[in-house]
Formats: sequence, structure tokens, C-alpha cells
Amino acid sequence: MKKLINEVDNVVNEMLDGMAAAYPQYVRRLDGLDVLVRAGGSAGKVALISGGGSGHEPSHGGFVGKGMLDGAVAGAVFTSPTPDQVYEAIKAANGGKGVLLVIKNYTGDVMNFEMAADMAADEGIQVEKVVVADDVAVENSTWTTGRRGIAGTVFVHKIAGACAEAGGDLESVKRVAEKVIANVRSMGMSLSACTVPAAGKPSFELAEDEIEIGLGIHGEPGVNREKMGSADDIVDKLLNKILAEGIYKAGDRIAVLVNGMGGTPLMELFIANRHIHEALTGKGLVIAKTIVGNYMTSLDMEGFSITLLKLDDELEKLLNAPANSPAFVQA
Amino acid sequence: MGTKIYDCISRIAERIIDNKDYLTDLDREIGDADHGVNMARGFQAVLEKVPPDNANIGEVLKKTGMTLLSTVGGASGPLYGTAFMEAGKAVAGKESLDAGDVPVILNAVIGGIQKRGKAVRGEKTMLDALIPALESFTEKMTASSDVFEAMDAACAAARDGVAFTRTIRATKGRASYLGDRSIGHQDPGATSATLIMEAVRDFLRG
Repeated sequence: MKKLINEVDNVVNEMLDGMAAAYPQYVRRLDGLDVLVRAGGSAGKVALISGGGSGHEPSHGGFVGKGMLDGAVAGAVFTSPTPDQVYEAIKAANGGKGVLLVIKNYTGDVMNFEMAADMAADEGIQVEKVVVADDVAVENSTWTTGRRGIAGTVFVHKIAGACAEAGGDLESVKRVAEKVIANVRSMGMSLSACTVPAAGKPSFELAEDEIEIGLGIHGEPGVNREKMGSADDIVDKLLNKILAEGIYKAGDRIAVLVNGMGGTPLMELFIANRHIHEALTGKGLVIAKTIVGNYMTSLDMEGFSITLLKLDDELEKLLNAPANSPAFVQA
Repeated sequence: MGTKIYDCISRIAERIIDNKDYLTDLDREIGDADHGVNMARGFQAVLEKVPPDNANIGEVLKKTGMTLLSTVGGASGPLYGTAFMEAGKAVAGKESLDAGDVPVILNAVIGGIQKRGKAVRGEKTMLDALIPALESFTEKMTASSDVFEAMDAACAAARDGVAFTRTIRATKGRASYLGDRSIGHQDPGATSATLIMEAVRDFLRG
């Protein structure tokens, strides 16, 4: 395995220093912690904090900035951050109007963020949380922990962030975040596994002609292993699963996120997007906004995910509101 | 030379660190390939942060739990952190333990994990090792009153519990996303819980 790293044990630490050095106008790293907060602070507004394991860059530190997040907590690679780190992020980002935690639905993330919320509540800080669970690959049944949170989380950051920036109170910001969560669904696939630096080998093996459908963003195996097909076939497969949710109907205005997993060229993402538009428009859906790029990655994994968000007037307005963060800028 | 409780905690830490790759390999099959790495990082921190000269068992267990909580991450951090902190509460202030304290500690550990993880037995988690261990310990103590035999029985039951996790599908944690594909693989958490039980048993045997 070849990786552009120094010490395996130091990858998160050095990455955060590198991000802080790249974007001093946006972020500041809290001393001795794996937390990035807005360089200018968040006084007088509801603070939005997200985070999770590292390896999903630019999530989540890349979204700290005006109109999006106020703080991001980075855990070890693919490992939820610990409660003490989240707690420090809450204290530092709290601007006096309360804090909303945006959690992706993984057992570890939920437990660590909840413990941190309890600690902060003991200090008298008003903390609420939302849990994103947009991955339709996982059946939502009593037999699972519930659906995973994947790329749809980016829409939650953007829309709830815009609401908080516009002066929304904690209750409104949470309500908007939950509305996004109710209307956002995603599905991903991979062409190759990723290699976690500390493990030093790929998380699973795929033959030259195989793809993994319905996997998450941590190199965990997917729901099905299938034969490789064309980009259009793969897009159809993912879209059919998302559309089977019954949320998106002809005439609806929707936003689309075509998210790269880290190792797939933008060229291929655009090729996928071409057919996504063709297929959705063919079904009578109105695509109000499209975002293509690497937003919620899985290290060096080759693959992508499709996320659809059903919009109403409120969500569309907030989605189109200005944002200025290292990884998402919109005038 | 540290106190006995420090030596016991060190023995646990060494056992986990020695099995780092094994636990990570198990997690690669049904999870995200980090259980061993995270647990080893946490117990390395325990070796560095837990004071060797504190004889207060409750305090040492609590410090162990807090250290795990702030260094392990993932689901294992809160679960093992809570387990050790609850164990510490259960024997607060004590400087020595006897056979009667074993079920008290195990009950506290199980209760803490159930509360934090919202899991019950049979969901392919560490509870599938720990609950049978507690049952077998209690049963053996009642029959023979020999703490060594009872610890052996507890460890054997925990091992059986690990084997049982191979036969069931996961309904908690990341492995649950695999559905039936999780069957045939043993649970990494049940495995690490068993390694900890066995390290304590070996420590008691001297």
C-alpha cells in the first residue's frame, strides 16, 4: 500500500493542521483537540455542529463556515469522535442561542454525541440533536440499527445552516433539519474498496468485473455484489431503489447530489449525472438544483452515491441561500 | 511494582494490545476493520494514564473507563467506557475484592452496556459473551464455592457465547447492516469482552 502519509497514528492530527493552515479565514483548530470551529466564532446564532470519523473529507471540517456549520469534530479514521471532543466543540461553538448536533446514524456516533450532549446540558447549554439516516440500501426494520447516514447529511448542513445563519432559533433550525431528513434519500456503490491507513490493506476484495452495491462510506461490505455494468445501468439500479421509497413523484421539485467516494474522477461523476438527469426528467421530476463532486468520501474508494432531496418552498430557498465554507461556496 | 488492581488492568491492556490485529480482522469481516486498532489505542492510554499506586479499586476502574471513553471512539468507547465506570461505581471505595464482588461487577458491567447500547441478549454483541459468563459464574459458585473454577466456567461460557454469535444475525451495531450476511462471523465485541474476562481469570490464577 502506498499512501502520502507520515505516521499512521498521526494522520488525523496532521490533516487537521493542514486544513487549518489552508483555510485560516474560515476555521480555527481548538488547541489540543480534533475540533475545527469558525475562525470568527458564532456569537448570537444557533450553532450547528457535526462530525464523525475521519476519512470522509471534506466532511465535516470543510463545511465549517458562514451559512453552514459552526464546528466539526473529527474522530480517528472511520471512528466516531469521543464525547469529550464533541463536548469541547459544543462549548466552543455555543454562541448563546443553543447548539444543534447533526449526527449520522451509526451506533458509535449516536452514543458519543449523546453522551456529549448530556455533559453539555449539565453545564446549562441548550443542546438538541438530529440523526441523519438517508441510506436506502439498508432496510429500515426492527432487525437493524436503522438506516445509515451518508451523503444526504450535506443537505442537512446546508439547509439547517442557512436557517441558523438567517437568525432561526434552535427549534426552527431543528425543525428544518428534520424536514430535510424526512425528504432525503441516498444510495451508493463501489468499484473498489478503500484502504484505512492503520489497517494497511483494502477493506474487501472485488474482482476485476465485480461491483459492490449499497455499501456505506466506511469500506464496509455492501448489500449485494454484482457484475460490473455500464454507468447508465448502475445509475438506474441506484435510482430505482431510491425511487421505490415513493417519496419523489412526477411534478416534484428535487435537488440532486452526485457524490464521489474519493477515488472516482469527476469525469465519471458527470457521466453518471447525465443519465441521472435523463432518467429523473423522464419520470416527470423537476431538478431544481444539482451538486456534483466529492463531498462525503470514503478515503480512496472508487464509487459514488446518488442523493435526492424533495424540496418545498422553504427548503429550496434555504438551499439556494449563500454559503461560504472551504468545501461549499455559493453566492 | 503497582497495586493489584493496576496489575490486573495492565494484564487486560496487554491482552487487548496483543490481539489488536485479530480483533481488527474479525471486524473487517462484518464491520469497518477498526475494533482492534481502537481498543489497543484505548488500552495503551490506560497503561499510561491509570496511576500504578492507587489502591482504591473503584477509582482505578473509573479512571480506566474515563480513559477508554476519551480515546477509543466508535461504539466500543462509550460501551467499554461505561462498563468500566459502572464497575468502578459498584465497588466504590474498596481496596480488596472477594468472590462475591465478581457478580456485582459483572451485573454493573452488563447493566451499563445494556443501557448505553440499548441492546439485549441475542443481538450479536458483547452481551452474548458477558451474560452467559455471569450466569455460569453464579451457577458454579453455588455448586463448588471455588472462585477459580467459577472464573473458568465464566470464561468457557463467554467463549461459547462468542461461538453462538457466529450462528446469529446482528441486529445492533454496524454489522446489522449486513443482514443475513453477518451470519457465520463471530462478533468482535463479544470476542474482546471474552479476552478481558480471560485476562482477569489468568491474573487471578497468578
